[in-house]
Amino acid sequence: MSRSLPLSLLLLSLATPALAGEAMPYAVKLDRGNTASLQRGARNFMNYCSGCHGMQYLRYNRLGKDLNIPEDVLKKNLMFTTDKVGDQIHSAMPAAQAADWFGKQPPDLTLETRARGADWVYNYLLTFYLDPKRPNGVNNLMLPNVSMPHVLWELQGFQKPAGEKEEKGEGAGEEHKPKYELAQQGSLSPEEYRKWVADLVNFMDYAAEPEKAERVTIGVRVLLYLVVVLLPLTYLLKREYWKDVH
Amino acid sequence: MAIVPNPHKTTGFLGWIDDRFPLTKLWKDHISEYYAPKNFNWWYTYGSLALLVLVNQLLSGIFLAMFYKPDAATAYDSVQYIMRDVSWGYLIRYMHSTGASFFFIVVYLHMFRGLVYGSSRKPRELIWLFGCLIFLCLMAEGFCGYVLPWGNMSYWGAQVIINLFSTIPFVGEDLSTWIRGDFSIADATLNRLFSLHVVALPFVLVGLVIAHLMALHEVGSNNPDGIEIKKKKDPATGIPLDGVAFHPYYTVKDIYGVTIFLIVFFAVIFFAPDGSGYMLEKANFTPANPLVTPEEITPAWYFGAFYAMLRATPSFWGTQIWGVIVMFGAVVVLFFLPWLDRSPVKSIRYKGPIFKLAVAGFVVAFVMLQYLGMEPPNPTRTLFARIGTIYYLAFFLLMPWYSRVDTTKPEPERVTG
Repeated sequence: MSRSLPLSLLLLSLATPALAGEAMPYAVKLDRGNTASLQRGARNFMNYCSGCHGMQYLRYNRLGKDLNIPEDVLKKNLMFTTDKVGDQIHSAMPAAQAADWFGKQPPDLTLETRARGADWVYNYLLTFYLDPKRPNGVNNLMLPNVSMPHVLWELQGFQKPAGEKEEKGEGAGEEHKPKYELAQQGSLSPEEYRKWVADLVNFMDYAAEPEKAERVTIGVRVLLYLVVVLLPLTYLLKREYWKDVH
Repeated sequence: MAIVPNPHKTTGFLGWIDDRFPLTKLWKDHISEYYAPKNFNWWYTYGSLALLVLVNQLLSGIFLAMFYKPDAATAYDSVQYIMRDVSWGYLIRYMHSTGASFFFIVVYLHMFRGLVYGSSRKPRELIWLFGCLIFLCLMAEGFCGYVLPWGNMSYWGAQVIINLFSTIPFVGEDLSTWIRGDFSIADATLNRLFSLHVVALPFVLVGLVIAHLMALHEVGSNNPDGIEIKKKKDPATGIPLDGVAFHPYYTVKDIYGVTIFLIVFFAVIFFAPDGSGYMLEKANFTPANPLVTPEEITPAWYFGAFYAMLRATPSFWGTQIWGVIVMFGAVVVLFFLPWLDRSPVKSIRYKGPIFKLAVAGFVVAFVMLQYLGMEPPNPTRTLFARIGTIYYLAFFLLMPWYSRVDTTKPEPERVTG
């Protein structure tokens, strides 16, 4: 797991001992079978993320098919940069200007959960905090000196580091201990916001490997065939032939 | 001795072929009348499993090459195209990527079998040498394949490995530039590694496997007792008393072994194709980027032990070449195994406590190095990696001495068990 953590994060946690050992305060629960959650996640992504970030390896019609979204709904509510359902999801922002505005082009997010892990993305979106030293006024626990603004501030509001450091016990990651307190209220309650982000991460996890559900279903069948049919059959065949040797 | 067409005097259509091509002869010599010792245990399945994985790699590789684009600008995208838009593409790719890892697992176990049962000893030295060449070829093949997805780990892994050549005095820098085809890892590098991965190395690999099998069938298989079954033949038929025909006895036994192997293989393919980041590295889910280094550059996990040896060796006299020498030395020393073992018996079953202890320590050292090679170094880990490296080399280099002074038990006349 430590291999996946950015070096900068390790350095940060050394610099601020209070954060050490608590790299990821939150854990996300993924639910690939929850189509409603995936649909909400797709809505969240298209409305809040796709302005800057593409998902260039995912096609709209694939998304519609996998998430049970009819084509007209897809076109009307989720497609902003094209009207061809076979197209891949590209961001609306021109690459050259984007790099100019943010210092680097906002990365494509199709494979983000496989590159960093779903938990990382979940924690990243939950741990923006006010930092007057940064040009955008915010910093991030998971990605220190982040260049992305807190685009979800309308929903989450703005949070600042909590004054009191809490004692950390075993499994602190699961307990959702607040390390931050709200400085400005958003339109969602903290719990609603976490659910909103969880839907988004669930969708991103789907986008990173759309064939995962099919893979697991086929896998169960293949293993059943191997274990229930082929294994006894080949064993009996072997035993039959070797009877006269032993 | 002149070649006599159709020695088995077949008739009809088969006879027509056998008059012109040794079909029946090949079948009998290598399959149905190849007599293998009857006391093979499960260690002896890894040879046929290695062949199975080789075929898996060749077939899945053919299909991947139909859709993959060996171009720095499109390689990464074409892999995602295979994963998403090509029918069953994800399965073919996972079979290939998982197959690579399993190839090394199977080959390491196969080599270990040869080590403990003395399979490399006279008269099987050439089988072992061909095997070592196969291993070397496989390492090159694994490295080239590691680069092709053109993710960030591919890129930086290639950077590290090809830079090894630049440690060679005088010609190193020019040599590594020549290998890359550019001053850094670039399109030219990717293109040539693709060529090596799909054309040159598979040809060599298949050729060596054929040579490996021909040498094996010429002298006959070793067995867990390390004794020659050809010494005791049935006087009437000339068939070894402890031999059974490869077909059907070992074909049906190997098919059973294959089924167990496939259960594990497909469990990984379908339920854990990433191998927790060891088989598909997390950094490889971002495209190659010359400006951003992954947090930890690691080679494919199956090179872990050799990478650990490379890192554990200190550089002195202003050069890092010592690590490269140690790493390659660790592979080269394998070639000498048939002549390093001076014990009067072949199999570990009849060897003394020194050899058994040495082998047990070797397993510990190798697994430890394998682990350390995948972890970021720190002083403790480097210390252990140095101990492991010294042990690994001492295990081979001191073998002529300790295998001779060790006590042995008498070998049986006939195979046991």
